[in-house]
Amino acid sequence: MTARIGVVTFPGTLDDRDTQRAVRVAGAEPVPLWHRDKDLHQVDAVVLPGGFSYGDYLRAGAISRFSPVMESIIAGAKDGLPVLGICNGFQVLTETHLLPGAMLRNNHLHFICRDQKLRVENNSTSWTADYEQGQEISIPLKNIDGRYVADERVLDELEAEGRVVFRYADWNPNGSLRDIAGITNAAGNVVGLMPHPEHAVESLIGTGRTDGLGFFTSILKKLVHAS
Amino acid sequence: MTLDSVKHATETPDTEQPWAELGLKQDEYDRIREILGRRPTGAELAMYSVMWSEHCSYKSSKIHLRQFGEKAPANDALLVGIGENAGVVDVGQGYAVTFKVESHNHPSYIEPYQGAATGVGGIVRDILAMGARPVAVMDPLRFGAPDHPDTKRVLPGVVAGVGGYGNCLGLPNIGGEVVFDACYQGNPLVNALCVGVMKHEDIHLAKASGAGNKVILYGARTGGDGIGGVSVLASETFSDTGPTKRPAVQVGDPFQEKLLIECTLEIFKEKLVAGIQDLGGAGLSCATSELASAGSGGMRVELDTVPLRDATLSPEEILMSESQERMCAIVEPRYVDRFLEICEKWDVIATVIGEVTDGDRLEIFWHGEQIVDVPPRTVAHEGPVYERPYARPAWQDALQADDANKLPRPGSAEELRAQVLTMVAHPNQASKAWITDQYDRFVQGNTVLAQPEDSGMIRIDEDTNLGVAVATDGNGRYAKLDPYTGAQLALAEAYRNVATSGAKPLAVSDCLNFGSPEDPAAMWQFAEACRGLADGCLELGTPVTGGNVSLYNQTGDVAIHPTPVVAVLGVIDDVTRRTPVAFKDQGQLLYLLGDTKEELGGSAWSQAVHDHLGGLPPAVDLEREKLLGEILISASRDGMVDAAHDLSDGGLIQAVVESCLRGGNGARLVVPDGLDPFVFLFSESAGRAVVSVPRSEELRFTDMCGARGLPATRIGVVDGDAVELQGEFGITLDELRTAHEGTIPALLA
Repeated sequence: MTARIGVVTFPGTLDDRDTQRAVRVAGAEPVPLWHRDKDLHQVDAVVLPGGFSYGDYLRAGAISRFSPVMESIIAGAKDGLPVLGICNGFQVLTETHLLPGAMLRNNHLHFICRDQKLRVENNSTSWTADYEQGQEISIPLKNIDGRYVADERVLDELEAEGRVVFRYADWNPNGSLRDIAGITNAAGNVVGLMPHPEHAVESLIGTGRTDGLGFFTSILKKLVHAS
Repeated sequence: MTLDSVKHATETPDTEQPWAELGLKQDEYDRIREILGRRPTGAELAMYSVMWSEHCSYKSSKIHLRQFGEKAPANDALLVGIGENAGVVDVGQGYAVTFKVESHNHPSYIEPYQGAATGVGGIVRDILAMGARPVAVMDPLRFGAPDHPDTKRVLPGVVAGVGGYGNCLGLPNIGGEVVFDACYQGNPLVNALCVGVMKHEDIHLAKASGAGNKVILYGARTGGDGIGGVSVLASETFSDTGPTKRPAVQVGDPFQEKLLIECTLEIFKEKLVAGIQDLGGAGLSCATSELASAGSGGMRVELDTVPLRDATLSPEEILMSESQERMCAIVEPRYVDRFLEICEKWDVIATVIGEVTDGDRLEIFWHGEQIVDVPPRTVAHEGPVYERPYARPAWQDALQADDANKLPRPGSAEELRAQVLTMVAHPNQASKAWITDQYDRFVQGNTVLAQPEDSGMIRIDEDTNLGVAVATDGNGRYAKLDPYTGAQLALAEAYRNVATSGAKPLAVSDCLNFGSPEDPAAMWQFAEACRGLADGCLELGTPVTGGNVSLYNQTGDVAIHPTPVVAVLGVIDDVTRRTPVAFKDQGQLLYLLGDTKEELGGSAWSQAVHDHLGGLPPAVDLEREKLLGEILISASRDGMVDAAHDLSDGGLIQAVVESCLRGGNGARLVVPDGLDPFVFLFSESAGRAVVSVPRSEELRFTDMCGARGLPATRIGVVDGDAVELQGEFGITLDELRTAHEGTIPALLA
């Protein structure tokens, strides 16, 4: 029996099919979840993929946060359900307060799409165990609202508790405070990041690197060990 | 105010009508009266005015476009040809691919962000309407002088619009062009291409058949935006002093379009539609008349049922509105409930606005009163056709006599080196990453190659690795020197780009951007370009499947360079065999394929170093292009080359610099016997490519070229961290990178 990983589709979600593919490539079973459906269909983990849910109108992630499926995901996350938010999914997670902080428009005000180098700062979360502490990986980044901000107290707390999971290495592409690219909650089951690991799972496609596959193999191993 | 119903129009034959303000000519208005046997109602006049506009009716271009059909090469791959929303090509394994390139030039000058955004939206809906899932977009863009203040208004807006809309739809942007030339200052060219994939059985056509079938309008509500976009905007020349035409530009909502795509694909999957058409230029006037015209019966529409954003819109305005993100489907009554259910799932508004009748008229009602009663073919397909006078302009001879081959050339190795740097840093030859990095090229997870590669390549089957490649090319400078040859050079370059990536070219779509058809010189350029393109497609065996004509690209008396933009679609059986442009491995051998002649007319060198345009463009040899293509495809399939780059603007040195920078490796070049170093580096002779050959494959590769009669000249080796021309000069990759990548950010960031 393999792990079942839910992939949520909101109106305006773009990377749901890519994320399902990444789950499949890692050897797990992707389960499509629909925003209007509260039922999580017994999945073992959930990914909130990237895109422009509800057109990013009002504020990125602000409307999706109120969808029926999120009620179940928020409750599940508090009980330890592993949740990964990528890009727009990360924005949704901050809107739900499962993760602290917020994302503002990039400091250069442009959409930016590039192969981005990251440093793994915490390899003990549900989604990063297959990486080495301090390892540098390159995965695509693509967003216009990617500048991570939080107040000093929260930033200090995140750092003190080792909850910064990824930092931008070499170059900070959007003005994120303390070069933060991704964070986790205190329990380590909820992770959000702006770059896109699901776009870096096949050597043929995109940048030609597979540095993103570790997210999906990490969660798969954790779930298979647990069962 | 009295509603101008059919009855009212019959009773008041002498009412003055605003046909001239709507862009119609006296004889066109007279013909409408003759067709109807009475004066048209206001609503009918609105429909005819938009549908008989240059943009919709192709009235000036039609007689020239016929050649694309008449000279079409026999091609088994063509499933749907010219005339539908887009052409469809068989790519094997049961898959069909549809693609088309269109213009949104005039709106993008008036309101760059929305003009460009809705250009993307419109072409995506065309592709969707064929039954396909859109899988990629590309944007060939042309702007005025890079340092002109208005370019700083137009370019960032256009780029943000292309990205803002396309990124939000989840379509990878995998190619295109960015070109600067003062001739586009008042008429930027914003062309947009979309590619879609479907199974053969999913092809849908725009026709309304089956009496009793329902007409369903779905998507966004209809608003007051874009009224008369095709007639008052796209079919007239801009004047410097006239009132702003901003209200004629549409406003896009990519979120709504994304829902429309997913909703429509789900509807297709359940086979719920008998015919479908997107609403673009000319809005409901176009969709209803084209659907009815192509079908077997008539159509009756209750116009007051159309959901509105603005309740005060008149019936005429509703018929002319170009509000975006709308589609019109013909649905059998038994499927209507399920259709509406799927729309509800995706939060898409859907309304039954009418039905197909067994008559032969398009009848439109407003609160029970008939306001339109027309034969639909007369609106959609039997508009006016003009044989505009055309004549080779008097200045053409002088332009061609001003020979670029006679321009002063570098007198020393040092000067040669300096001119290489000048050229690769020129805005037209510089890296466009600052622009294309604002587009998502990764989404959907099937992007095998994207710009700055020679072609964009998309995997369409994960199990078999079947893929398609598309390249778009155009060179207005060449076309200005000789429009016939210029059109063929654009075709040849796009064809070569597809083949260089390892894909077999199959079909063509074109976007023909020209000046006013009322100017005999511009019309001659158009006629010559069409003839060149049609002849070229016949010779290469790649039919034109559809496209778009954009005329009136001129400000006052000054037209843009004639700019035919050609898109070539190719198929590759196994995308893992693709050939990228990057020189990845040191020690590999560089071969130049093809013949290098002294051809500098219209060249990037003549522009960058001398700001010159004159002489003749490079000669075209399409037999040679075919042979080169076959060699490149074989070499890719059999693993004989690891990298390849087509030679076009900027010649050999431009290609080598790009491949070196992309791969992070230098190259040592040797001038072949009998060639002058300057000509070797800068000539733009067509039918050439540079390839990187592993030493183990050298013999096999050169044997193949020899056996097939393709000149292959060893010109150097991938080596070091500089581009070096032996005995002449060397330039480090760092210096080249600074020159090549610094220009555009310095101008725009």
